[in-house]
Amino acid sequence: MLTTLAGVLFDGFAYGMLLFLMSVGLSVTLGLMNFTNLAHGSFAMLGGYVVVVLTERAGWPFLATLPAAFLITAAVSVVFERLLFSRFYRRSELDQVLVTIGLVFMATAAAAYLFGTVQQPVQVPSFLRGAWNVEGVSIGVYRTFLIAVAVVIAVVLVVGLETTRLGQQIRAAVDNQRMARGLGIDVDKAFALTFAVGSGLAGLGGGLAVEWVGLDPAFGLHFLVYVLIVVSMGGLGSIGGSFAAAVLIGVGDMACKYYVPELGAFLIYALMVLLLFLRPQGLFGRR
Amino acid sequence: MTIALSTDGLAKSFGSLAVTRQVSINVPQGGRFALIGPNGAGKTTLINLMTGLLKPDGGRILLGGEDITAAPAAARVKRGLVRTFQINTLFLNLTPLEAVTLAVCERRGIAGHAWRTVGAHRDAVDEAFAILTSLRLGHDCLRLTRELAYGQQRLLEIALALATKPRVLLLDEPAAGVPRDESAELFSAIAALPSDVTVLFIEHDMNLVFRFASRIIVLVAGGVLTEGTPQEIGADPRVREVYLGNRGHLPATGSVGGGHAHG
Amino acid sequence: MTGAVVRPLPDPHAFLARRARWSAPEILFWLSTLLPFWLFPDYLSLASQIAVWALFAISVDLILGYAGIVTLGHAVFFGIGAYTAGLLGKHGWGEPLSGLLIAATAAAAVGFLISFFVVRARHLALLMITIGIVFMAREAANALHWITGGSDGLQGIRIDPVLGRFEFDLWGTTAYGYALAVLFVAFVFCRRLVNSPFGLALQGIRENPTRMLAIGSPMRWRLQQVFTFSAGLAGLAGAVLAQTTETVSLESLGFQRSADVVIMLILGGTGRLYGGILGAVIFLVARDQLSDVNPRYWYFWIGMLLIGVVLFMRDGLLGGLSRLWDRVRGRGA
Repeated sequence: MLTTLAGVLFDGFAYGMLLFLMSVGLSVTLGLMNFTNLAHGSFAMLGGYVVVVLTERAGWPFLATLPAAFLITAAVSVVFERLLFSRFYRRSELDQVLVTIGLVFMATAAAAYLFGTVQQPVQVPSFLRGAWNVEGVSIGVYRTFLIAVAVVIAVVLVVGLETTRLGQQIRAAVDNQRMARGLGIDVDKAFALTFAVGSGLAGLGGGLAVEWVGLDPAFGLHFLVYVLIVVSMGGLGSIGGSFAAAVLIGVGDMACKYYVPELGAFLIYALMVLLLFLRPQGLFGRR
Repeated sequence: MTIALSTDGLAKSFGSLAVTRQVSINVPQGGRFALIGPNGAGKTTLINLMTGLLKPDGGRILLGGEDITAAPAAARVKRGLVRTFQINTLFLNLTPLEAVTLAVCERRGIAGHAWRTVGAHRDAVDEAFAILTSLRLGHDCLRLTRELAYGQQRLLEIALALATKPRVLLLDEPAAGVPRDESAELFSAIAALPSDVTVLFIEHDMNLVFRFASRIIVLVAGGVLTEGTPQEIGADPRVREVYLGNRGHLPATGSVGGGHAHG
Repeated sequence: MTGAVVRPLPDPHAFLARRARWSAPEILFWLSTLLPFWLFPDYLSLASQIAVWALFAISVDLILGYAGIVTLGHAVFFGIGAYTAGLLGKHGWGEPLSGLLIAATAAAAVGFLISFFVVRARHLALLMITIGIVFMAREAANALHWITGGSDGLQGIRIDPVLGRFEFDLWGTTAYGYALAVLFVAFVFCRRLVNSPFGLALQGIRENPTRMLAIGSPMRWRLQQVFTFSAGLAGLAGAVLAQTTETVSLESLGFQRSADVVIMLILGGTGRLYGGILGAVIFLVARDQLSDVNPRYWYFWIGMLLIGVVLFMRDGLLGGLSRLWDRVRGRGA
């Protein structure tokens, strides 16, 4: 009883870390530019395919593909940001939703065309496989690795935002964009960089997710919903909020699927709708 | 003398910044009050508080003696407290005729009617058209609002407010951005409002203030510095200091002392 | 004003009357909807699908195009209408018209409840509430498989002849006539609504909520009203689909359906009622013609088209066409 609970909590936490990686970038870019990017989940999918292609077809070691997933996704996202998205910062929310959902459709179809609709497997090195048994609770090695990566990145993000010059500029721009521009901060550049890092993290999250949840063309849309749940619950522009919301959703989702599998994800959606009804600005949001 | 609108110890802070400090003012019915003060004095905040776009941290707002501090924004409009905006807040893709007719319909309580066409409500359309014509928007009232000249859009702000039959009208820099020769014209339209309508307006051009206000309230750093007739304000050294200290570059400043010199 | 030529004032009543009047192209359009009976008798089931989707798109246009509320969850109401009509038909209530009314009422009732959530939130929270509700509905319908048939769909629906005379036939003659009649009646209602003071208030909400507050409009209540009405219309569309195809699938309340209807509306043009109809025609005819293309790839082109329309033709095909028409007429005059 208690051991299963501990197992659910551990797996849920690890799942939450995946969600955190995939959503933190969207949270910050939404807070910064108010740009509703529904293609964020598709960037995560791109990272997943980068890992699959590099390990399975090019024979790269798994660990080397993770930085590649980050970098390639970041680079691709900046191309989209400069060529397409930047035209939409001043347009209506509906236009932003439409253009990015158009991209989701294109990405889904392209993935199906290139890789088929089957689940893509990925080989992780042997030292990441298996599980430890701690007091009857099964602690997956890979999931522990996942948690470690996400926690390190969370710390780097928070410290980076607090201490670096770029971090200060980004925080100032999230707080009050007009004032930041007035102070001579190049908000567009700061945004492009943030966008790249945020999308890169989504790509990394996608790459890390393949071993656990698999990868097919529906990945982008499926995780988009989870990512949006995390972002809307965590509050825009808040790293801590995203982290807390991601853990909450991760554990909640795992618990729902374990204890009431017949309801599927119903409870998660219900929880989100109720929460947004009570607090439209999210759990930790200020606006 | 009945008091149309008053505030009692009104206060509002954003974080640690107090933008409205213990503001208590009384505006009698039919008065033409000007609210002046340097930028950042909290003039627009005061109007936002009075009309319910912001919630005060403390104090009360009374309209015709009734406490409306907790009333929602739309309810205040229904009771006759109406405002215009410093930055055009219009229905850009509707025609002025439609916009003002909509405001008339909302006032008459028929804006929820979904079966008869707008045109079938002839009285409402006639009333809207009359308001537009009185503000010399009659000729252009069938074009889209976005196509109107800026000065006309400022007039439409006032037309929309008038359509709600205000008892108290709060004008937030009605002539903001309008060329000087046109702004006097705009204020003539305001001066021609029925005398039972109480008007409180924010304006930076001292010529206009001294010409059209019966009394002036001076707001500085969120609090009322002083209040009086144009002569009293013009002679007040503290007002002069505030203006020369903060806005010495304003051409109008010279006329603060001179009262109604310009016409 | 002395010396200036006095321009006569325009006549506001004539202007408003002209707006509300049925124009010749409109009448022609509705007459042409009868053509498929003779010209394309093999495509009547496609035509009735188009009529259903057009009705669905119009329901979305009322809240998205007129009131400016973005929703990606309207399939919930479509699905509720479809399942209600389907379940009635399955359990012995085969009379179609009363089935329609009951289904639309059920959808409107749920719409009213959900409207309390919708008017509270804005931006991302609003979007997430609409998405969340559609995913919830789908999970619920799947979990309640003993009622809904789950992923197999609801089978065994029996619908009586319309008005006791017109039996639903294999060729879809009755189906198209029925769907078209429902679409037309609903359209007439919507047309009156958007030309009424209420319709003006909806556009006011879309154009400027702050101004609506400043003229004393009870905005939330207006939004709740139109949301409820729109939900009822979407339910009506779902019910017609269930009755004419005698089956209901889980997809009828999925996210994809919600997105599809918004895409149709955007392609056709929002805020004009006819945009939804045009969008439905283009979307469904294209899908039918390209049916040999794998549906997964089909969405690649839809996505591209969507981006193109949003980038270059913000008011949709109908908006583009009407601008073209204005230019041609302007040159001719």
